[in-house]
Amino acid sequence: MSNIPSELKYATSHEWVRNEGDGTVTIGITEHAQELLGDMVFVELPEVGESISTGDDVAVAESVKAASDIYAPISGEVVEVNEDLEDSPELVNSDAFGDGWMFKVKLDDESELNDLLDAEGYANSIDED
Amino acid sequence: MTNKTVLHAKHVAAGAKMVDFHGWDMPINYGSQIEEHHAVRQDAGMFDVSHMTIVDIKGSGVKAFLRYLLANDVEKLNVSGKALYTGMLNHEGGVIDDLIVYFLADDFYRLVVNSATREKDLAWMSEQSADFDVTITERPEYGMIAVQGPQAKAKVATILDAEQTAAVDGMKPFFGVQAGELFVATTGYTGESGYEIVVPETMAEDLWQQLTDAGVQPCGLGARDTLRLEAGMNLYGLDMDESVSPLAANMAWTISWEPSDRDFIGRKALEAQKAAGDQHKLVGLVLEEKGVLRSGLKVMVNGEEGVITSGTFSPTLGHSIAMARVPRSIGETCEVEMRKKLVTVQVIKPSFVRNGKKVF
Repeated sequence: MSNIPSELKYATSHEWVRNEGDGTVTIGITEHAQELLGDMVFVELPEVGESISTGDDVAVAESVKAASDIYAPISGEVVEVNEDLEDSPELVNSDAFGDGWMFKVKLDDESELNDLLDAEGYANSIDED
Repeated sequence: MTNKTVLHAKHVAAGAKMVDFHGWDMPINYGSQIEEHHAVRQDAGMFDVSHMTIVDIKGSGVKAFLRYLLANDVEKLNVSGKALYTGMLNHEGGVIDDLIVYFLADDFYRLVVNSATREKDLAWMSEQSADFDVTITERPEYGMIAVQGPQAKAKVATILDAEQTAAVDGMKPFFGVQAGELFVATTGYTGESGYEIVVPETMAEDLWQQLTDAGVQPCGLGARDTLRLEAGMNLYGLDMDESVSPLAANMAWTISWEPSDRDFIGRKALEAQKAAGDQHKLVGLVLEEKGVLRSGLKVMVNGEEGVITSGTFSPTLGHSIAMARVPRSIGETCEVEMRKKLVTVQVIKPSFVRNGKKVF
């Protein structure tokens, strides 16, 4: 069973969301997702300033095995992307919840956070996979 | 019912991620397939290939039988231990399997064939052997370990006894010798030097452990695939199958046309294909920008279509490579349809990396 930190929120499509408490969130993919994908070789991130809506495909994680779309778990404006992933996509494998973060979003509506799963809800969702 | 090799428990104990591979529960990686890939290119790695099928063929008619059965000609093998890569074709010239045949004695040859094609291979050989004085015996009581990489031979040397060391001393590529209880061959599927070692099942776990202790990195099927693709080696079922001619699978070099009176299975069909010049060809593709070429993607060549048969990210080169079957009119570039966009890629001969170095 992979690690699912309790302080984060999750989407069933395997993104995690960390509330930074200043109207922004940090987003990445879960340890479970990177295990499924295997060694990451390219990560395509959204543009800073781009407006994204929940469910949009906004990024691509390409591993040795497959290319996988990453969906916006929440709506808002992209304010920062993890440029380290350009040269070191393997950070997504080695530290999915830390250095492997993907992008930060300024929220349109903080109440959208309530629509995401908590750790237990996400754990249940991947049990059903 | 899933088959398990004699080394299955070793893989599970090492924390390997196991997958079903044509009915065998096999390791895909032991953590990171890219690290395993680099271990083989830079040092030494090993693969459990015990799922592969060893077939010994003996008898006074064995040479005549194999000269009929195989597209390459075992007549070329005149030193004991010498090996040959060949296709085994059907009457339509399609590839039933690709295999390595070792000449061990005038009345004894050993074949190593793919596990995924085991049943149809054995049935075909049996059917075709009816008029020859041969005995065909599968040898499931052996395991097989491939040790590959620039340091592979040196690391294997540390665990051989004096008799075995003498047996493998100075072996040229594509040879196999019996070294004590091991059959050691200078063959492989990675584009690096190394050995493929056939070992009695009772000794296989100990050999795997000794190699681990000697610093050889266990590697899974994931790294095996990226390594063979970089080396430009075909994978049966992807790059060719029974519907594909060796002429369309970069295997023309394995067909022995001479002597012209040798009748081998598929010869007539191949001669007709050659005369018609109507076969596609297998090329290498290189994509230096982001993205990964994948098996099944469509290739556009001057308005005609081809297809990627195998594609991957090349850990050695840092970008994607692929093999594709395309119309013969192809030039130095072509276009691949990737994620709804047409991307221009470079076309080369299907060989990307040998002995750790880029070769195009």
